[in-house]
Amino acid sequence: MSSTPVASKARPQIRNIHVTQILQYRLPPPGLVSILHRVSGAVLFLALPLILWLFDLSLMSELSFARLAEVGSHWFVKLVLLALIWAFLHHLVAGIRYLLLDLHLGVEKSAARTSALAVFGISLPLTVLVALKLFGVF
Amino acid sequence: MNSTTSSEGIGSKRIVVGAHKGVGAFLLQRLTAIILSVFSLFLVLRLLLGGAEGYDAWAGMFVPVWMKIVTLVALAALFYHAWIGVRDIWMDYVKPTGVRLTLQTLTVLWLLFCAVWAVQILWRV
Repeated sequence: MSSTPVASKARPQIRNIHVTQILQYRLPPPGLVSILHRVSGAVLFLALPLILWLFDLSLMSELSFARLAEVGSHWFVKLVLLALIWAFLHHLVAGIRYLLLDLHLGVEKSAARTSALAVFGISLPLTVLVALKLFGVF
Repeated sequence: MNSTTSSEGIGSKRIVVGAHKGVGAFLLQRLTAIILSVFSLFLVLRLLLGGAEGYDAWAGMFVPVWMKIVTLVALAALFYHAWIGVRDIWMDYVKPTGVRLTLQTLTVLWLLFCAVWAVQILWRV
């Protein structure tokens, strides 16, 4: 009750995250959607030469098409393709969410949280579906 | 905060320079996103409904000139979309001007290379 300043607890300082601290941060779902939107975009950008090369092989000739099918039958290539398909699906679904947010739809905290979870709820099952198809389950 | 000079140029007194510099990029990022979403949906539906099993059906899809043009427009949208996104990443994480400009230049050159390559791929079918 004294008016003299009491040695208070050190107040938390909010600073920019350093790369080494990334894994210690637990992001809320919208934050997770956001950073994965950036990561998936960067992945797709870096994979552009691979994607164009595969597109080229698929169209050039029957021979190159057959070669593509052969290359694509390797499990590791399938895994890479699956990663790209996840990146595409996440980027697409999260992107549609951002377009809706731009229109001021679902900007309230709870709605934003629900829609962020919906992004995962759509993109992840679709990725699993593609994975099952890719690895020949159906 | 600690001096009067820092509060000048804030709020209504803010000196506006380069106004709406980013608005064009912002809007085009959204426009290209819509183009890409529609094209992706169109392609997936065609593959699911039309059945593009085998080389003839798949490559045949890209034979008509209108399909080449539509695909190229979508790819152009993709490259421009990628440019804005990657540019944002460089602007967020790379602060030294020289390094940032170099990375941005390489990004533009790389995307132009991809664009020309895309034309080559499409018009060879």
